[in-house]
Amino acid sequence: MTSAFQKIEEANAEAVDRMLSGDPVLVDVVPAAQAIPNLRDRMILHAGPMIEWEHMCGPMRGAITGIAVFEGWAADLAEAERMSAAGAFDFWPNHDFDAVGPMTGMTTAGQFVMVVENRAFGNRAYCTVNEGLGKVMRFGGNDAEVRSRLAWLRDEFAPAMGRALRLSNGIALKPLVARGLTMGDEMHQRNAAGTGLVLRALAPALAATARNSGTLSRALSFIAGNDQFFLNIAMAMGKAIMDPVRGIEASSVVTAMTRNGTDFGIRVSGTGDAWFTAPVEMPEGLYFPGYTEDDANPDMGDSTIVETIGLGGFAMAAAPAVAGFVGAGAASEAVEFTRRMGEISCASNPEWTIPILDYVGVPTGIDVRLVVETGLAPTINTGIAHKNPGIGQVGAGVVRAPLACFEQALRALAARLGVS
Amino acid sequence: MSDDPVIDLLNTPPKVVNIGLEGFARDLQDEGVKVVHLEWRPPAGGDPELARLLSKLEA
Repeated sequence: MTSAFQKIEEANAEAVDRMLSGDPVLVDVVPAAQAIPNLRDRMILHAGPMIEWEHMCGPMRGAITGIAVFEGWAADLAEAERMSAAGAFDFWPNHDFDAVGPMTGMTTAGQFVMVVENRAFGNRAYCTVNEGLGKVMRFGGNDAEVRSRLAWLRDEFAPAMGRALRLSNGIALKPLVARGLTMGDEMHQRNAAGTGLVLRALAPALAATARNSGTLSRALSFIAGNDQFFLNIAMAMGKAIMDPVRGIEASSVVTAMTRNGTDFGIRVSGTGDAWFTAPVEMPEGLYFPGYTEDDANPDMGDSTIVETIGLGGFAMAAAPAVAGFVGAGAASEAVEFTRRMGEISCASNPEWTIPILDYVGVPTGIDVRLVVETGLAPTINTGIAHKNPGIGQVGAGVVRAPLACFEQALRALAARLGVS
Repeated sequence: MSDDPVIDLLNTPPKVVNIGLEGFARDLQDEGVKVVHLEWRPPAGGDPELARLLSKLEA
């Protein structure tokens, strides 16, 4: 008779195999309603596990009122707030619609989404285009300037990027990430290399397909001016890699980690689509001039899908510059972050390696058993939003996933396996 | 050096491996004693129910 241990080990080997054999390709940018047919009018997809209006944090509320005005569902922010409180909008997690979104993670029918196809499994995942830094909707910004940028992304940039991707037959992301890791990115708080590589890959096709030189110039300037442009691509890639790992009976591998600014949630392969949630923690980090930790909102965003595939905080050793940026200590300490995440992971990724570790691969396949046993919570590199609506990003830092999520998942997995 | 390891232990500087609480290692280091610290904590933070489940799921 096969023991629970053997079942888990075999299931986890399958989970890691599916992760490592994923072949994510950025193929298109299309209207969200086209990519996600179930995304109806007045439906707002948000980051993190399910949450209702009354429990949402300030920046999440700010983004929701902003997107409602952007979509034309409300005349102004005040009306959008009244409508939100009165139940005029349906709120759903991005994760339930093959999508992810950074920070507040607003996805609605009237925006465009980037499409990453996992060609090894045929599934697709979606994420909106990264807006840039500072006062942006993903950090709770919602004024006319923020909405105007979203309108430009919808009307000019996203269609131009889509045309370029279709002409170039997409951009293979696995080799791009491998190269980015050797150039100092960890793909969460440092995406300078990934953004540059995407710009280089896209520029010829953008030039060939742009409707006019103004469009081309604005598109190139937008990508070149936003070091985090690649983050949203990495997130859709992470979702595309992890979705085929869902639902492997007995597997203790984490398939999603995400936060809505109030709760942190994880999903585990062997426990299906159940969320295991606990209150989010407060990031520790560095603040932009004029802001302090008193301004900070707790942890937020679907971007932890990046850590779920072994990047971000798990790949800190590849990006010593990030350790300083997020206030995680000296550059030399970045190696220790990656080493510790290796202790809670099933395997390492032979295709995504880190030069300073003599080309050891990034930790791959977070095992809830190892997290609970060691007490080492996944480390996440994150941006920090202001706690009030409408202000935006105020810093960047490091935060740990709450251990309670992993303890709940372990209990649920044990129950499914008949272990008590 | 004597033939008796107990006598040796008493007459030579101690060689210490500290397991668990790092403060004990630091105290000895402050006294000039050579210490190797081994980071260790009880499985599942000492929660007996989780430790019991882990023992069945990990072996």
